[in-house]
Amino acid sequence: MTSLVSVNGVSKTYETRRGEKVLAIGEVNLHLAEEEFVSLIGPSGCGKSTLLHVAAGLLKPTTGEVLVRGENRPIRAEEFGMVFQDAVLFPWLTIRQNIEMPAEVLRIPKAVYKPRATELIELVGLAGFGDMYPRELSGGMQQRAAIARSLIHDPELLLMDEPFGAVDAITRENLNIELQRIRRVARKTVLFVTHSISEAVFLSNRVVIMSARPSKVRAVIDIDLPADRGPALIESPEFDVFVRRVHRELGHHAH
Amino acid sequence: MPTDRAQFREELLDRAVSVLLAGGFLVVLILAWQLITTLELLPAYLVPTPAATAHAIWKDLTDPRFWNDQLFQTLYVVLVGFAIAAVAGLVIGPLLILHPLIERSVYPFVVAFQTMPKIAMAPLILVWLGYGHTSKFVITALVAFFPVVVNVIAGLKAGDERQLILMRALRASWWTRMTKVRIPNALPYIFAGLDIAVVFAVIGAIVAEFLGSPNGLGSLVIIRQTNVDIPGLFSVLFFLAVMGSTLHLIITGLARKFTFWSQTADNKVAKR
Repeated sequence: MTSLVSVNGVSKTYETRRGEKVLAIGEVNLHLAEEEFVSLIGPSGCGKSTLLHVAAGLLKPTTGEVLVRGENRPIRAEEFGMVFQDAVLFPWLTIRQNIEMPAEVLRIPKAVYKPRATELIELVGLAGFGDMYPRELSGGMQQRAAIARSLIHDPELLLMDEPFGAVDAITRENLNIELQRIRRVARKTVLFVTHSISEAVFLSNRVVIMSARPSKVRAVIDIDLPADRGPALIESPEFDVFVRRVHRELGHHAH
Repeated sequence: MPTDRAQFREELLDRAVSVLLAGGFLVVLILAWQLITTLELLPAYLVPTPAATAHAIWKDLTDPRFWNDQLFQTLYVVLVGFAIAAVAGLVIGPLLILHPLIERSVYPFVVAFQTMPKIAMAPLILVWLGYGHTSKFVITALVAFFPVVVNVIAGLKAGDERQLILMRALRASWWTRMTKVRIPNALPYIFAGLDIAVVFAVIGAIVAEFLGSPNGLGSLVIIRQTNVDIPGLFSVLFFLAVMGSTLHLIITGLARKFTFWSQTADNKVAKR
């Protein structure tokens, strides 16, 4: 079976203002199977976001290639959705208009995306908030809207760059449980950048541990936990086993 | 929603308090003014009494020639000059940042030009274009243009960079990025620029009229100065203040309508 996205030997070199070359990521291989949830975890500045941008076709890799369904081509806009650390909503649009925005840009017929937006607003738990403006909602609710927005054009892949990094711990846990549910309902493939070990373990099928710059894949850990994960799992001993394993692999680099 | 109504009532109350405070201060000012004149702290030929000033204002207010030959003339120059400045700023601003090469070569001159007092160019423009409406429009537009263009440029560069990354992820065209992200982000800045520009336009028009105009409030100021008509001068200043405030209120009203979403719309740093 071909992967949805294959990252083959990708490295990325930046040039600083002084002309020095900095190797942000050095030779990364990564394969995302359909409906798989993969987390990227590693020290700050290890190029996780860079890798995400390469996968999104927003950055060209210096070496290597990104294959989409086995073809050497950039991923199309219809094939993926993006979520950032903050919601990055447009303050002049209502929640519903924000969610519909990608569909509008991609010229999807109104008859298709209008009912879909209503469904998504319910799916992410924002029923009744569609006509409000972003600033009237809490950070956690805004992030739910951002997730709904990333799903409006029904992409196969979600690229999430520390999506819950800016919300408080309690909201974060709720959003993790929600995301887990949404992903299972919507049947999406997810590439997820995070700094939180327990978040990575809770959400992922696989956790990819990256080393400090120039980052490489240090280890890949399969998370053999049941597919349907609820809050109870977090307190189970099996969950702890995986958290400890990721922690050990991250070692003292995890700062 | 009930919370909305409560909030609305609170805002209304807050506004009423503001009006009362400002009105109270006005009363204090007029009383102080009256006191200065009755106690003859300043000679009457320098500072007219509030009553004399009110009389001069009333005389102008009821004189159709004051409206047609003076106030409307100035307002006409202000509005045309402002319109030229606004359109030019809105067109030229985006062009200046269309390409980094243009920006890097031309923008330094915009900044340099901006720091020069444009008013000082008024005599030159009179020499070039002669007396008449054209020169007045140009002087007014020149004074009002820079706050617009500088704010348009600042506004188009404002906003969260990730909003543009999102649009690039959607492979949005230049036009889509412009209309859906850059222009909406720029609106609070643009309105801040227009607000400054409209006040500047009044300055430009008055100075243009100082320099030799048969009509307009600027020329009236010179005439009344020559006649040592101090209450008359106070009256002109009053009408200029009313004109400036009205134009300012129109712009901020429009700004509130179009940039209601911007929490920082009121305190955007606008450059002159």
